[in-house]
Amino acid sequence: MNNKEIILETHELSKVFPGTIALDHVNFKVYRGAVNALVGENGAGKSTLMNILAGILQPSGGHIVLNGKRVEFKSPVEALRNGIGIIHQELNLFPNMSVVDNIFVGRELRDALGNVDYPKEEGIAHSVLQRLGENIDPKTLVEDLRVGQQQIVAIAKALAQDVRILIMDEPTSALSIKEVKELFNTIRELINEGVTVIYISHKLDEILQIAEYLTILRDGKIVAHTAIDSIDVSWIIEKMVGSKKESFYVHKEHSVGSPILEVRNLSLRHPTLENRYLVDHVTFELNWGEILGIFGLMGSGRTELLECIIGRHPEALGEILLEGKKLSPGGIKGKIAEGLFLIPEDRQRDGLVQSLSTAKNMTLASVKSYFKNLVIDSTKEFQSIQRMIKELSIVVKDPHQSILSLSGGNQQKVIVAKGLLTSPKVLLMDEPTRGIDVNAKRDIFNIMLQLASQGYGIIFVSSELEEILSLSDRILVMCKGKIVQQFSRSNVTEEALIAAASV
Amino acid sequence: MLSKDRSVQEKASQKSSYSPMSRLLLLFLFRFRTLIVLFLLIIIFSYLSPVYLTSENLIIMSKHVAINAIMAIGMTFVILGAGIDLSVGSIVGLAAMIAGGMIAQGVVLKFLGVAIFFRAYVVILFGLILGALVGLFNGLLITRLNVTPFIATLGTLYMARGFAQLRSDGNTFPNLSGNPLLNNTGFELLGSGRLVGIPISIWIMILFSILAVYITNKTPFGRHVYAIGGNERAAELSGIPVKTVKTITYVISGFCAAMAGLIIASELQAAHPATGTTYELNAIAAVVLGGTSLSGGRGSITGSILGAFVIGFLSDGLVILGVSSFWQTVIKGAVIVVAVVLDEFQQRLQRHQALQLMEESIRKEEKQAKQETE
Repeated sequence: MNNKEIILETHELSKVFPGTIALDHVNFKVYRGAVNALVGENGAGKSTLMNILAGILQPSGGHIVLNGKRVEFKSPVEALRNGIGIIHQELNLFPNMSVVDNIFVGRELRDALGNVDYPKEEGIAHSVLQRLGENIDPKTLVEDLRVGQQQIVAIAKALAQDVRILIMDEPTSALSIKEVKELFNTIRELINEGVTVIYISHKLDEILQIAEYLTILRDGKIVAHTAIDSIDVSWIIEKMVGSKKESFYVHKEHSVGSPILEVRNLSLRHPTLENRYLVDHVTFELNWGEILGIFGLMGSGRTELLECIIGRHPEALGEILLEGKKLSPGGIKGKIAEGLFLIPEDRQRDGLVQSLSTAKNMTLASVKSYFKNLVIDSTKEFQSIQRMIKELSIVVKDPHQSILSLSGGNQQKVIVAKGLLTSPKVLLMDEPTRGIDVNAKRDIFNIMLQLASQGYGIIFVSSELEEILSLSDRILVMCKGKIVQQFSRSNVTEEALIAAASV
Repeated sequence: MLSKDRSVQEKASQKSSYSPMSRLLLLFLFRFRTLIVLFLLIIIFSYLSPVYLTSENLIIMSKHVAINAIMAIGMTFVILGAGIDLSVGSIVGLAAMIAGGMIAQGVVLKFLGVAIFFRAYVVILFGLILGALVGLFNGLLITRLNVTPFIATLGTLYMARGFAQLRSDGNTFPNLSGNPLLNNTGFELLGSGRLVGIPISIWIMILFSILAVYITNKTPFGRHVYAIGGNERAAELSGIPVKTVKTITYVISGFCAAMAGLIIASELQAAHPATGTTYELNAIAAVVLGGTSLSGGRGSITGSILGAFVIGFLSDGLVILGVSSFWQTVIKGAVIVVAVVLDEFQQRLQRHQALQLMEESIRKEEKQAKQETE
């Protein structure tokens, strides 16, 4: 590791949220005048760490050391005063206001009469933008700028506030290739001026281009910290997804039948960038009783693929056949009726109705089937609920209590139960073990294996190497919207999988 | 929520030993606060005025309540689904004017030079369908054209009121008792008829209440409304036809508002184009007072009906006591503010309870896991 000076570090930083530990005694180091990259999967703790550094969240334990002094940021304003600024993925600009208004919002310069001193503001804005090599008229409305230019405005806003450490969260997610190049030039400018950048991204090839140091988070812990010159993409992925340890997930042999689901040329266009696809002409088959693992990193199109299959994106192209019959082009309701069900990645946002009880969440998708003689047959409904609680060993005191009184793992099982009660043929499971404890994970795996042996077809997406290797009968690797390689259970190795995902 | 649900929840929380009795009592008080307030009102007013607690006065007051309660029932569906319907007051006026016009003038076919008169029940039916259609218009604006509910129904508020005024050039249709020669008598029964000594409008309120409680608790549609109000994305991924369900809630709301308009016109035996102005606010107030969250997903029909009773019994009591109408307005507003604050408290209490339960179950699982590994 070359010997640059440490400007900022965290000491045993921890953050506990109800039910999860987001950061676990993290010692994160940031080097002065360098691009410090931070990577990790969803839920690894990146955003939590950044939000603490930017004063948005307060740590539950540990502290921050800036320039050798122990500091504490009670608010983003305090962090800014200490020279730490953050540019969020969504930029947080006001599209309806001009560039200069955005740069000075909340700390407008005043003239003698107390009015906004526009000439002075515009002068400063102009010189900052010049420094960044962008010729944007400060009076332009932000909504009239390209996303790449908006990014520059966000950087200008930070610089005008004398930010010395700039945190950039997924800055390239909405940029075209050309704009990414321009942004990198700007970042190099900043580094030349002595600014320190903390760069969060899931695009590993970009990180290798721009970063000098790399820190990898996984499950709230730092698993690697290194200078960038000695490593490659496969190495990063290996660290991000973990390696196959002595595993307690036992794969049970079960017979795999003929194809049940055929996906042909499924495509989903990028909503804003032309000629880019989130799902890029994907073709594959799923057999009866098969667990098909889809391995891919964040942004590889894995979630979008499942969403296309369940009908969440009606604009998706291509065709899907279930038991040889073409699926109707309709929405999610029709797909569920035909025998598909998606267990979404984000349990709180897409899976649960937080205001309803455990019982009502469980029968949400199937409540129509209990509707006989003009009433919901609550006895029959409750029998199903009890059966599911038993079969999936859901720990719940009283199913009529709020779903929020359950632990994350049990909430997840309730969503699986919700799916099973629709009598599906194919289950789509997106990161089914995200944010749940080890025991619940094991339960979910046993449930999946059992379902497969009963003949269900299961497609499951995971970015955990260990999971994907121990559970799947077959593995498809996704990268940049495409399926880049296929492995069968017998011929897959850890190294091959990582290599395929690194394309 | 159903009273059965309540008792189940209470039993469950009684079983949990960690919860102190005081919190249980607090939760109980919070849950039944609208009912408690209603009883308190009746006790206080009957102490202050001897006429308050007579059966005739109770019937008169309930008749006043019925109009608002019927509108509040429809509004509850919309708000449970995380929407809002500002157009109901104007639908009241429109339904009254259309029905009044059909009775007083008939439907004039200019090219034939004749006016057709319909029987009273056909007029009523037509008024109700009209209200439902206005609701459908709201629903389609909101779900198909993605107009926010506030703006969409605000637009309808103006349009429906405008049409009501256009129907008669701003004049009143008097004498809606009909003409035996035209075979269209009987419209006044809706507002002033009685069955077993109880006004028809109260019967209608009871009928609508039972139907609405049944729909919210016993049908998949009701469950779907709660789910959409709670988390629309999750509802959609569960295969719920979100757009259709939302649209239907506005249809129900329009239907209920039209019913209220017809009752008013029938009671007065006259239809005035300003009928129902600002009634939407009374309906929303009743719903909020009854503990339904404006952000959707939580609340009940019974709550809204109790809310309508509190508002009605309060304002009639103040009238009987001779309190200035300006003070009445102030007091009504204060009651609503207090209700919302209390609701916030209740939610916090419930969230707290849920979190505690979660922590407990996690701890239990950890213990189990430990034992297993040992």
